[in-house]
Amino acid sequence: MTVSPGEVLGIEGHNGSGKSTLLRILATSIRATNGSVHLFGRDIRQHPDWARGQVALMSFTPGLYDDLTARENLVFAANMLGRGHDGIDGVLERVGLLRESGEKVRTFSSGMQRRLALGRLLLQAPRVLLLDEPYNSFDRAGVALVNEVVREVIAAERGTAVIVLHDRHSAAGLLDRVVTMQQGRFVDATAPTRVVEHAGPSLVMGGAS
Amino acid sequence: MTASTMPLAAASDRRSGLPWGWIAVGGVLALVAAQVYGVLTSPPDRDMGHLQKIMYLHVPAAWNAFIAFFVVAVASLRYLWKGRAADDLLAASAAEIGSLLTGLTLALGMLWGKPTWGIWWTWEPRTTSTAVLFFMFLAYLILRKFVDDPERRAQWSAVVGILGALNVPIVYMSVRWWRTLHQVQGSPMTLDSTYYIPLRINAVALMIVLVAFIAHRYRSAMITQAADDLEDRAALMEGGSRA
Amino acid sequence: MSLRDDWRRARAVALKDLTAERRSRAGLNAVTFLGVLVLMLFGFALGPDTEAMREAAVGAIWLAILFSGVLAFNRCYQLELDGGALEPLLLYPGSRWSIFVGKVLANLAFVFLVELIVIPVAMVLFHVVVPGGALAQIAVLVLGTIGFVTLGTFYAAMSSRSRSREVLLPLLLFPMMIPALLASVQASTALLSGDLMREAGAWVRLLIAYDVIFVAASLAAFEFAIEV
Repeated sequence: MTVSPGEVLGIEGHNGSGKSTLLRILATSIRATNGSVHLFGRDIRQHPDWARGQVALMSFTPGLYDDLTARENLVFAANMLGRGHDGIDGVLERVGLLRESGEKVRTFSSGMQRRLALGRLLLQAPRVLLLDEPYNSFDRAGVALVNEVVREVIAAERGTAVIVLHDRHSAAGLLDRVVTMQQGRFVDATAPTRVVEHAGPSLVMGGAS
Repeated sequence: MTASTMPLAAASDRRSGLPWGWIAVGGVLALVAAQVYGVLTSPPDRDMGHLQKIMYLHVPAAWNAFIAFFVVAVASLRYLWKGRAADDLLAASAAEIGSLLTGLTLALGMLWGKPTWGIWWTWEPRTTSTAVLFFMFLAYLILRKFVDDPERRAQWSAVVGILGALNVPIVYMSVRWWRTLHQVQGSPMTLDSTYYIPLRINAVALMIVLVAFIAHRYRSAMITQAADDLEDRAALMEGGSRA
Repeated sequence: MSLRDDWRRARAVALKDLTAERRSRAGLNAVTFLGVLVLMLFGFALGPDTEAMREAAVGAIWLAILFSGVLAFNRCYQLELDGGALEPLLLYPGSRWSIFVGKVLANLAFVFLVELIVIPVAMVLFHVVVPGGALAQIAVLVLGTIGFVTLGTFYAAMSSRSRSREVLLPLLLFPMMIPALLASVQASTALLSGDLMREAGAWVRLLIAYDVIFVAASLAAFEFAIEV
């Protein structure tokens, strides 16, 4: 399975088919028991720290701190990433939370929390976006925002996105390709390739299980 | 994990060329013989009388407990280094036997202490260190019970085992200072040289039993894990359709 | 350059944890209250002989700190686990041990705050008079607390994500604390009586060695404790 620069890959499949596990392997959150993942030609198991600088994962939990305000959450992310705080206002405005930026995340609706998580992705500005059911609990404007963010990241860095999703409607016009997973394998994709090229594909997954 | 344990289980079968069952039986017989030898040959001690014979199990149990602990530490280090599930199971097996032996050491020490000094417990450095060791073995085993994911359990218990090993000499030193600064009776269990030979024989016999026990627990842990893996794999095959 | 990055990350984690703690505040109040409560119980258990209470004061203080402080360590990971924040935290590029350092710093601040209340209360309850040399006393307290907080934060990284974490953490932590407890209590008690035997120095050296060994060991091992 190879994903090229600029490509958006959708992954479908039943619950428990291994979609989220695959995303977490790509994000270096868990180690694959076998198989390999190459990112821009590099094995992510050999270079996990480097890979963490290239990818950003939006999981189905927002991963925010409830007792911190929206702005403080982003400030923390910026500090951890070594970025300045200048971009934070812009990001907050972008995800439509500038007015609520001084309020604790605890008071936010789940849609607002996911907007903030999206804002953290913008702050990270990754080359590879990994989104786990990004449209959940979003209204129509939120869905549009997700798609905008994906397009923006891809345009800016000639990046790649892998999106786990249930209904393709939300991502209409965004996906270049959709594959289905079953029992931890791609069912309608051809045999896994093991291409390792430096200038080649941005993401290569071989025999993930 | 799945892929790594299967060949290991097979490897342990191949390695089991040693007849561990017979070694265990032989070890127990040797221990019984050594006990009989010790009881029959050594004269009653000047101060302790026949009570002294409790030493023939107490002291070897303590020594072997420390050997077991050493195995835990080394196997844990090797697990973190190589990441092989077998090392984790070896550490766990050694910890099980080690906790048994430290418990035995403490119980025998108490049985000996009551008639000798009139007290069940003394804060003597070696006794106290053994008690701390006992608690660290137990904490290690309890941690293993409370963690379900095999990789997580292996990694965490390895870390706990290594930090525990670092602590043992520090505990011993601090308790010794604590006692010597406050002037209580020194080491009580110094033995006459006539008692050395039966003591050594008993220690060796118990060590054979220890090694056989560890080997047995290790093998059964390997088999259990292989069975669990097969079960997981079967569940995974089925799971796709359940969704 | 890399070390500066690590420090920036550690500071960010510490500030974040302390901000969250300050917002809820329930933790600090409850833990301090528990510490004072333990002291009261000690008073009832040992009293009313004031001489006996004074002699046992240092031990009582340390047990109060141990029993109340141990509640703080699981909390600092609960913060991460609640909103699923641990995964993004671990996925920021950079060293993992800097996260541990940040959490240790936040917990140090937390436990020092608890001590700031508990110790004066203990001095009042147990009629303790510090005969000068308070600086040495504070040094012993700081050294003992560093060992306690480092190991507590370390073991909590595991216990907070296991079943029955409330029981597991003290089971893992307290046997490890024995040398530090002995050294701190002995050094403080010796100093309180003017250190006539000149033994406090040896205990302080033991305490320093203990801190160095276990700070180094837990820094090295944190990756193993947090990655799975």
